[in-house]
Amino acid sequence: MLVTSAYAQTAPAAPETPAAPAGDSHAAPAGETHTETGAAHGAEHGGTFPPFDATYYPSMLLWLVITFGLFYILIKNVIVPRVGGIIENRQSRIAQDLDEAGRLKAEADAAVATYERELAAARAKSHTIAETAREAAKAKAVADRNAIEAELAAKLASAESRIGEIKAQAFAEVGQIAEETASSIVDLLIGGKATNDDIKAAVAAAKTGA
Amino acid sequence: MANDPIHQFQISKIVPIEIGGLDFSFTNASLFMVATVACAAGFLYFATSQRSLIPGRGQSVAEMSYEFIANMLREGAGSGGMKFFPLVFSLFMFVLTANLLGMFPYFYTITSQIIVTFALAVLVIGTVLVYGFYKHGLHFLQLFVPSGVPGALLPLVVTIEIISFLSRPVSLSVRLFANMLAGHITLKVFAGFVASLGALGALGIGGAVLPLLMTVALTGLEFLVAFLQAYVFAVLTCMYLNDAVHPGGH
Repeated sequence: MLVTSAYAQTAPAAPETPAAPAGDSHAAPAGETHTETGAAHGAEHGGTFPPFDATYYPSMLLWLVITFGLFYILIKNVIVPRVGGIIENRQSRIAQDLDEAGRLKAEADAAVATYERELAAARAKSHTIAETAREAAKAKAVADRNAIEAELAAKLASAESRIGEIKAQAFAEVGQIAEETASSIVDLLIGGKATNDDIKAAVAAAKTGA
Repeated sequence: MANDPIHQFQISKIVPIEIGGLDFSFTNASLFMVATVACAAGFLYFATSQRSLIPGRGQSVAEMSYEFIANMLREGAGSGGMKFFPLVFSLFMFVLTANLLGMFPYFYTITSQIIVTFALAVLVIGTVLVYGFYKHGLHFLQLFVPSGVPGALLPLVVTIEIISFLSRPVSLSVRLFANMLAGHITLKVFAGFVASLGALGALGIGGAVLPLLMTVALTGLEFLVAFLQAYVFAVLTCMYLNDAVHPGGH
């Protein structure tokens, strides 16, 4: 049965494992163990469990030294410098790009600062201009108002003096009219002539009384 | 013997070479060592040949594995350990590629050979010892004398430290070897069940569904194990190298 033969061979493989490290010195006993269990298929490969078959150890070691030695030399002299170079190159490139980005950022920051400063200056200037204009306008307005007020006051004064004049004239004329009216009234009422002096005196008395 | 789970670890000569009575034949295992190196090196070489500033897919993977190991080593052994980076990176890429290549049917898994993993572990521990003594001289032995231990306990602690140090190459190699070996055997056994049950007729085919599902699930698990073991191997290498760089400070 193939199944059972498979089992028979796996079984010895496990207990031998601890003995394995000893290498050459233990190869012989290990081989013996195997000759017993491997009897069923012994004819095919000499009855020794292949990993413990010391016959091929020199060959294994020689070819391992040759192949691994070449591999080590290739790795040490070609691959490691190359891959190390690639990685270093990339890192320096990244560092360089970061530096460049930092420099550009600083430049942009400086430009922003300049812009801000100029903006502030322009604002301050415009503020001053507006202030000056407002002051000037205010001063002009005050001056205009003062001038108009003065003119109005002058006109008012002349108007008042004219009114006074007219009033005085009117008052003066009132006496004459009253005299004429009084003489006419006297005429009509008493039919006699009143003397001008009497009437004048009477009007003057009424004026002062009023 | 199509269902023999051990058969996949069998070594066969391709070009027989014998020097001084020792067999140095170019075997199927040697072939897959060459294939592993060719795949790993070819991938890393061609993926990074553009040297793009913005990496493509291949270059991204190559860079990710590079940085993965670089970070691991920097965290594990500090910046002083970075001189071992080519070694750790080679080990990781070699083990990972070997494990992943082993997942192909009919491909040979070289990390399932104890001698291979043991040789790699000895390389790591050898590097630790050689560099440790070269750099720190006899101060390297402070590694076995943790600071702040009461005098009475010191012999015991030092013994334990030495045993733990000596067991490192063993645990490092056996962990990788046993995981790959056991995983591939288990896969093969369950796949064998599918074939043997399938041969039993209609009922057997119905029963073969379960081991088939198991095989599918195990294949997924084995891919995880393939990566995980390469990762563990690299992490432990970093930790051991840390002892060589800073013997006094754990």
